[in-house]
Amino acid sequence: MDYELIMRTSLEAPFGVDAVIYALAAIGINLQFGYTGLLNFGQVGFMAVGAYSVGISVNYYHWPWWVGVGLGLALSVVLALLLGIPTLRLRADYLAIVTIASGEIIRLIMRAAVLADFSGGSAGLPGNYRDPFFALSPFDRGAEYGFWIDWSGENFWVMIVGWSLVAIFSFGMFQLMRSPWGRILKAIREDEDAVRSLGKNVYWYKMQSLIIGGLIGCFAGFAFAYGKGSVQPDNYSTSVTFFAYAALILGGTARIWGPIVGSMIFWFIITFSDQMLRGLVAEDLISSDLLSGTQIGVVRFIIVGLGLMLLVIFRPQGIFGDKKELALDAH
Amino acid sequence: MSIERASKRRFCMAIVAFGLAGSSLLGIGPMTMAEGRTSLAPSQEATEQFKGTLRYKNPATGDKDPIAGADIAAADAVGNVVGNATTAEDGTWTMSVPGPGTYTVTLDVDSLPNGVGVSKDGAEELTKVLVSGQSAFLLFPLGPRARNATDSIGERAARLFAEGLNFGLIIAICAVGLSLIFGTTGLTNFGHGELVTFGALIAFFFNVTLGLHLLIAAPLAIICGGLFGGLLDLGLWRQLRKRGTSLVSAMIVSIGLALVLRNIFLFQFGGFNRKFAQYQVQPDGLGIGPVTISPKDLWSMGIAIAVLVGVALMLQLTRIGKAMRAVSDNRDLAEASGINVERVVLMVWCLGGALSALGGILLAVDEDLTFDMGYRLLLLMFAGVTLGGLGTAYGALIGSLVVGEFILLSTLVIKPELKTVGALVVLIVVLLVRPQGILGTKERVG
Repeated sequence: MDYELIMRTSLEAPFGVDAVIYALAAIGINLQFGYTGLLNFGQVGFMAVGAYSVGISVNYYHWPWWVGVGLGLALSVVLALLLGIPTLRLRADYLAIVTIASGEIIRLIMRAAVLADFSGGSAGLPGNYRDPFFALSPFDRGAEYGFWIDWSGENFWVMIVGWSLVAIFSFGMFQLMRSPWGRILKAIREDEDAVRSLGKNVYWYKMQSLIIGGLIGCFAGFAFAYGKGSVQPDNYSTSVTFFAYAALILGGTARIWGPIVGSMIFWFIITFSDQMLRGLVAEDLISSDLLSGTQIGVVRFIIVGLGLMLLVIFRPQGIFGDKKELALDAH
Repeated sequence: MSIERASKRRFCMAIVAFGLAGSSLLGIGPMTMAEGRTSLAPSQEATEQFKGTLRYKNPATGDKDPIAGADIAAADAVGNVVGNATTAEDGTWTMSVPGPGTYTVTLDVDSLPNGVGVSKDGAEELTKVLVSGQSAFLLFPLGPRARNATDSIGERAARLFAEGLNFGLIIAICAVGLSLIFGTTGLTNFGHGELVTFGALIAFFFNVTLGLHLLIAAPLAIICGGLFGGLLDLGLWRQLRKRGTSLVSAMIVSIGLALVLRNIFLFQFGGFNRKFAQYQVQPDGLGIGPVTISPKDLWSMGIAIAVLVGVALMLQLTRIGKAMRAVSDNRDLAEASGINVERVVLMVWCLGGALSALGGILLAVDEDLTFDMGYRLLLLMFAGVTLGGLGTAYGALIGSLVVGEFILLSTLVIKPELKTVGALVVLIVVLLVRPQGILGTKERVG
């Protein structure tokens, strides 16, 4: 078995495009769920809005790429308002159900054959929309960059922009959370009736949290669109949201570093187990009758699901978290 | 301290036991693979193709006549037509397509003989994912012509209403358990869809792998479903309640559990569509007024109605039923009046598991078996339950019927591929207008 290759691939993953995407998505969820206690299970909907906005505006309308970015952000605000208005006054599980449904609505509409000219149907959008973004890149798209671990010029550019965004958003979150605004959000998570009795408009604060978290999720969608070769509707299924939740809880909710470290470790575990299993099958240490190639791909979902259950039950604060600051126990 | 540790250990053992229960499923795997309706050829000589045979059961003679000269076309994911075929004298057809991918294969209904059509609206269109080198059999369900040009909108609406009733009843059977579990424990169970799939897959195991008739396999599967629900409560949820796990945590645990179960199903069962050994082909429909319903749909509706009435009577008349409603209403008061709440919750889980299994079997008879059939139903169950009012058993029933009807009737105006979207949009709109649902009582609103 090529242990060096396995280690190299596994160590590449925590810095790669997937980790960027999930770190951004988890930062948004961290604001909504970790700090405010809102159960947004539709983060993937915001990501789809972002990805399809940059894709369609360039591929279909031939607008400049930054118009697509602006459009995505504007639509994310609209989506957050649409989700928040009916549900933020209700119990937490209503928001969970409605957001999970919204993510599916977006995916189903985008993959509908009637809209195939516009959104690409179930085949998705081809990657032409990425060209103007990579035209800004100082790196050669095809060349390899790095030492020992190599990334293509494309991925390297997405990673640099992506991790910069992660740094900016995390710093912004750090500042917001020590402001009076952030303290109100945390107070809402602990006891919203108490905050209401102080004369604060809880509904509106929750809405702001949902909008800002959604905007960050939209950036995760941009990273998804530029980091992968195309925009495929079925890449935006509900399990993406749950993966992001798993990464966040692993790192620690309501912590600045939680989503970042969580996403990095998450992708290390996923890639490492995937590579190890493939290696073991290739070496015939596990019979390929017992575990076929497609089945290895399924194993990662089983690991994530099991990991999510065990984490929430036995170590809900994750790696960095503080048990006292958990929205999990707020009910 | 030591007590806490002991209970922790017991909890770990429960999880292990639960894992073993899951791995007993492994028994299904290799055998069902061999039964697959899709054959995987070695990929080096890859020619991806679709094939099938068109036959129609002649109502006059009872013979299965092959249909010659029917046109079939395949379109790729963006809608370009990539293949054509016409059925031969013996009704067989074969069509090669350019490569792996998602194809929509359409039977031209107008090329069928007079009076013959597909047995269900939209059934002339099948969507299938082909992997490299795969040749897939496609089965177009034929019946007396359902849709023809002379069909008035009234007749179509009546037929869709009947189909919607069937679908709504299936959702209702699954959703009653979801609602009762929410009512008695407060858990929003995102893993309920997997109980539905579990029932259908176990029935498939008894029916196809062991070769029992579906009428024997189904009750066995329903019993297994009930046991599975009970096992989940004993092995997992009761332990979590003892630990004082919050409802939000429990909800996330149920999401993790759903991911695990669904992918164990996928691991063992594969991503193929399958059918039970019996009741595959729709026999001739029975005309009831303007509507033609196939006998199996009638039976399905009859069984569903009988079971739902039975559940309602049980909730209304029996001791355990009354206890379930009491715990739903006010857990503390029920406990104080001497009701063994944990036992009632266990019964609710068994009931939920058994009902979901039945729902899964009915759904699989109506459509195909897939590893994610229950998961796709989950959001519709939620829609039904929320529409009716979270936690009320009768609300779930009414809400589900509304959702089922809405989904089918909406295809009068929107494309069938978007019908689920319509139902989910309605869910959001209802929350805006009447958040407590049709039968729910108004709760704290901020």
